[in-house]
Amino acid sequence: MNKILLIIKREYLTRVKKKSFVIMTILGPLLMAGLIIGPALLTQVEDTELKTIVIVDSSHIMKNVIPNTKYLRFIHTADADLNKIKKDFKNSEFYAVLYIPHVVLSYPGVQLYSNKQPNIDIIMHISNSLEKEIERLKLKKEGVDENMLKSIKTSVNVKTIKWTDEGKEKESHTGFTMVVGIVSGILIYFFIFMYGAQVMRGVIEEKISRIVEIIVSSVKPFQLMLGKIIGVAMVGLTQFFLWIILTLIIVTAIQSAIFPDTKTLMPTKSNHSQTLVKTENTGTLDESTKIGDKDIKEFKQAFNNIDMIDLWVMVGSFLFYFVGGYLLYASLFAAIGSAVDSEADTQQFMMPVTIPLILSIILLQNIIMYPEGSLAFWFSIIPLTSPVVMMVRIPFGVPYWQITLSAVILILSFIGSTWMAAKIYRTGILMYGKKVNYKELWKWLRYRN
Amino acid sequence: MEIFRAEKITKKFINHIALDNVDVSVNKGSIFGLLGPNGAGKTTFIRIINQIIAPDSGNLFYDGASLRLHNTKDFGYLPEERGLYKKMKVGEQSLYLAQLKGLSKAEAIKKLKYWFEKFEITSWWDKKAEELSKGMQQKVQFIITVLHEPKLLIFDEPFSGFDPINTNLIKQEILNLKQNGTTIIISTHNMSSVEELCDDILLINQAKNILSGSISDIRKAYKTNTYEISFSGQVNMLEATLRYQYEILNHTTEHDKHHVTIKILDDSLTTNQLISSLIPLGNIISFNEKIPGMSDIFIQVVEKTNNLDSNK
Repeated sequence: MNKILLIIKREYLTRVKKKSFVIMTILGPLLMAGLIIGPALLTQVEDTELKTIVIVDSSHIMKNVIPNTKYLRFIHTADADLNKIKKDFKNSEFYAVLYIPHVVLSYPGVQLYSNKQPNIDIIMHISNSLEKEIERLKLKKEGVDENMLKSIKTSVNVKTIKWTDEGKEKESHTGFTMVVGIVSGILIYFFIFMYGAQVMRGVIEEKISRIVEIIVSSVKPFQLMLGKIIGVAMVGLTQFFLWIILTLIIVTAIQSAIFPDTKTLMPTKSNHSQTLVKTENTGTLDESTKIGDKDIKEFKQAFNNIDMIDLWVMVGSFLFYFVGGYLLYASLFAAIGSAVDSEADTQQFMMPVTIPLILSIILLQNIIMYPEGSLAFWFSIIPLTSPVVMMVRIPFGVPYWQITLSAVILILSFIGSTWMAAKIYRTGILMYGKKVNYKELWKWLRYRN
Repeated sequence: MEIFRAEKITKKFINHIALDNVDVSVNKGSIFGLLGPNGAGKTTFIRIINQIIAPDSGNLFYDGASLRLHNTKDFGYLPEERGLYKKMKVGEQSLYLAQLKGLSKAEAIKKLKYWFEKFEITSWWDKKAEELSKGMQQKVQFIITVLHEPKLLIFDEPFSGFDPINTNLIKQEILNLKQNGTTIIISTHNMSSVEELCDDILLINQAKNILSGSISDIRKAYKTNTYEISFSGQVNMLEATLRYQYEILNHTTEHDKHHVTIKILDDSLTTNQLISSLIPLGNIISFNEKIPGMSDIFIQVVEKTNNLDSNK
């Protein structure tokens, strides 16, 4: 036991002290923080140039309909000569010319002329403003009361409520839990791949440096293999832990540095301009703020309403499948590493090991769509795919017997695979210069220790 | 006194037999040579002694009891295929390997210091193994093998990769260890060092024990009753005198010196009788019995079993 600890310690320390580990640990959170902050940051970076757009309004009904914004100024002309303005455009200071034809009410369509490509904000601003006005005019023409229309506008909110096995009713939050499930599934996938491969490389390194026979004269090959698998797992857990902490620190730091006055990272500018538009048409303001509040409230609810028990089930099963899946694959990777003389020779054995893992990622979409379908069921029971697939399914609610079955099978399989890998490993590490195939591996499995 | 014994060790791999009923007995405090051509099964046997692999049948005894896994702490093993972690510092990995053998950290550091100073390699402590030459690495490996003061040392080709100076250094260390009561098993192809170091040997060929015993007994058994005699002056009547019971294998003359190799054909004749019949012939300068070297015996025995095998 003491010897396994020594091995774990060495495997852990040599990897953690490596430059590549330190670099990855720092780079990872920067990338993640970039992904989180980047989009929010980009919406902050906007076109601050003041643009003047001249409106040629042949319909004569669109005066003061399009409001000015911080960076957009509209000059309304009713009867200007469009062709002349177009001709003089080069010498003018205008950004664009908006032509509103006189038939705009019956054939809603306008033209925006410019020698630049107007951005989507400008286009949306114009179309929103005009749509509102045309709708208003049409309603008026048909004699429909605007307030009445507002009162009949309905939005139906479908809440999904699940009965638990005890007959309790529980609100489920498909959107939120789906994300949690997918993220944990993908994390498990990456963890297995990255650190499983590290185990394999470690085994190959010991084999080609020829130190392995010196080591197995003091410890059992099984101890060496297990120590390596556990040591590398701890390196992985350390890295993930540091990533989470560092990402949180970086995000918080950048958030307080760049958005000191806002509390959320939601893009704020578009909301802002929308509100501006809506102040023009009194009455809509209340509604829009209400909707915004409702969104936030629902999101918060989704967060808070996750039962503590549910949360622990999530965290518990994540850790279980995280570790279980890793152990299953790492022992297979160790066996592969022991059978070859260099990393280049691993290809033929890697294929059957990586295919189930990749398959489980490919199937994700289908499993999210039909979390209780037979495909989802079987792939969450088969141990080679269950760590990823079951993690994605669990947020949708999986019967306990299925989780238990899948967990028991996973435990049995990693015990089995470790046992099998150990047999291949202890023969493989002492076998040099031999081209190994599956037939050979099968023989090794049958050797007496 | 016997410290290690192997009885009827058999190990089969799927397509060939690596060891077939091999028996070994190693005396405490002796140096035991394990010899054999390439692929004879030596490394398999050594791995079985170190309990890295298990025999299919046969029994192993250490210090009077069945060999157990915990005995490995009494063993020191220098494998033929040996190396170090390339990226790890020499001191660090020596410490790690010593601790794996069961030494405490403090003990390991103390002993490593002693050996590093003895071999004058203290400056290597913080170097990575990949910065050392092969010979330098071999020195470190030797230290790692003997550091925990094992009672039984197993060296597989200990001299490969060493220059003559370091070979002598290692030989001297092996003899020192023997003097301190350590039992040593050496597997090597270097026959002169076998003659120099070993007390007993086992010669394996094609998985079988083909020759074993003490070196002196074996060499005696393989002697051919051949003598090398040098005369000075005129040698007359040599052929006539030695016609019947003797055979003259070789006769060279160098100025007025004669070197004659003579084989006694009649076992009942003693060397004294040979000498007395030579005295009248001339002035004897030297008289030596020609004892075969281990190298000759090795080749002779291995070829004989190979021929037997191909005749079958």
